[in-house]
Amino acid sequence: MLEAHNLHVWFGAGADKFHAVKDASFSISQGESFGLVGESGSGKSTILKAIIGLAENWTGHLTVDGETLGKKRNRNFYSKVQMVFQDPYASLHPRHTVDRCLSEPLRMRKTSNIDARINQSLNDVGLDPTYRFRYPHQLSGGQRQRVAIARTLIQDAKFLLLDEPTSALDVSVQAEILNLLNDLKRQKGLTYLLVSHDLAVVSHMCDRIAIMQAGKIVETIDKQMLRTATTETDYAAALISASHGFKRSTSQI
Amino acid sequence: MTALLTVEDLWVRFQTRNRLVEAVRGISFSVGRERIGIVGESGSGKSMTGRAILGLVQHPGIVQAKRIDFKGRDLTSLSDRDLRAIRGQHISMIMQDPKYSLNPVIKVGHQIAESYRLHHKSSRTEAKIKTLEMLEEVQIPDPERVFNTYPHELSGGMGQRVMIAMMLIPNPEILIADEPTSALDVTVQKRVLEIMDKLVRDRGMGLIFISHDLNLVSSFCDRILIMYAGRIIETCLAKDLHNTSHPYTRGLLNSLPSLQNPSEKLPILNRDPRWKEEPSVNAIREYSNA
Repeated sequence: MLEAHNLHVWFGAGADKFHAVKDASFSISQGESFGLVGESGSGKSTILKAIIGLAENWTGHLTVDGETLGKKRNRNFYSKVQMVFQDPYASLHPRHTVDRCLSEPLRMRKTSNIDARINQSLNDVGLDPTYRFRYPHQLSGGQRQRVAIARTLIQDAKFLLLDEPTSALDVSVQAEILNLLNDLKRQKGLTYLLVSHDLAVVSHMCDRIAIMQAGKIVETIDKQMLRTATTETDYAAALISASHGFKRSTSQI
Repeated sequence: MTALLTVEDLWVRFQTRNRLVEAVRGISFSVGRERIGIVGESGSGKSMTGRAILGLVQHPGIVQAKRIDFKGRDLTSLSDRDLRAIRGQHISMIMQDPKYSLNPVIKVGHQIAESYRLHHKSSRTEAKIKTLEMLEEVQIPDPERVFNTYPHELSGGMGQRVMIAMMLIPNPEILIADEPTSALDVTVQKRVLEIMDKLVRDRGMGLIFISHDLNLVSSFCDRILIMYAGRIIETCLAKDLHNTSHPYTRGLLNSLPSLQNPSEKLPILNRDPRWKEEPSVNAIREYSNA
């Protein structure tokens, strides 16, 4: 589904140039869930931005579904690839109803039977049709994230870029959204690229995981290796042990 | 060990245009020289509890309590002026996000020194020395440099350490930490917690640790209060968290994805409307002198 070779992304120029992603290479096959983990500033979200076309300065080879990506993305690309952002409170237009938010991409692409498709997509993400004419502020965080997911599905996207989709949500709501994503993946054969700092979430969702540090992919491991903490690099081991909660014994030395 | 703080029947209400919102509904608990964790989902009233103790609930919020007893003084009856003397010097609070809690146009060193000088009569030089000592204590590698930086020049983890330094420099007896590490990365989070843990233990302080992260609280605190809809729904010792019985606590614990015990589908928490009506658990503890 996705091939990335020697991907470099940077921001700014001259003395202010910041090299956010350095020489990242990975590939994701159809129907797979791939995870990117790392601390903030390690460049995991930047990779998503480069793929979706929100970061302009990049070099390397990006291929999505057999199509090599250039500087510009065409409309056809966005019907295949869509992104879900971290903060559902910020990623929906506050003055647009759910209906408008979902119908806009369809009207842009001059699709027919908009009405039926909106109802279908709301149904897919487990939202009652009565929510269709509500504004984002009338919805809870979990419901907003469902709308954001519905917005990607309504365009029949097959490849979703998920940027920390549950980090702004409570654990109980997080469970609902993760289950929803897994169900949708099974029903529709979706491919996910999930960014998260929560290793437990990544191990629940993803088949293979790339660990990033300071812009580089330091290690790519699979789900089983993450669970048993079989890693080659010290950084990956430190990251896994840090996510096991606070241990008093280490601090008493 | 005696109780430092005893809160009895605390209510926080907000009068809005349409209805009265009850954020905290009659909770009672006590804090000794121990680490108390308050956990719950957003909107369960855990942050409001912390704020109400310090009188930081803003208009139109109304705080009512039978008593908030801090070492024999009832905080509910104190004037703003007297409360200010307690706030900071005896009870202080670390906020969630250092980005929004530090003054962006004052150097962090001066902010920390100010908090020292407010509570101790001292010269500027003495305050500066104390500040540098404190920065060292929160394991900031180059205190002299950090003293002269502005908040935006610091990373999240450094900012949070500066906050901790600022709150601990007056040497309070109780520290209220409202999600002190939620905005931080796991690796940084661990270091900040280690620093807090050491300082709290060395100084024999009482700690109220507010968080939504059940596993973190169970590994960090001594005693846990679980809040739901403004009430304490269950209380337990931290080590017994995984043996708790209330369906809400169980539901929260089960809905967490786990590294060690993978499951195909995460159990979803089904909220029972009756939980809201359950009486609040009294978490006032008898402290023996042992």
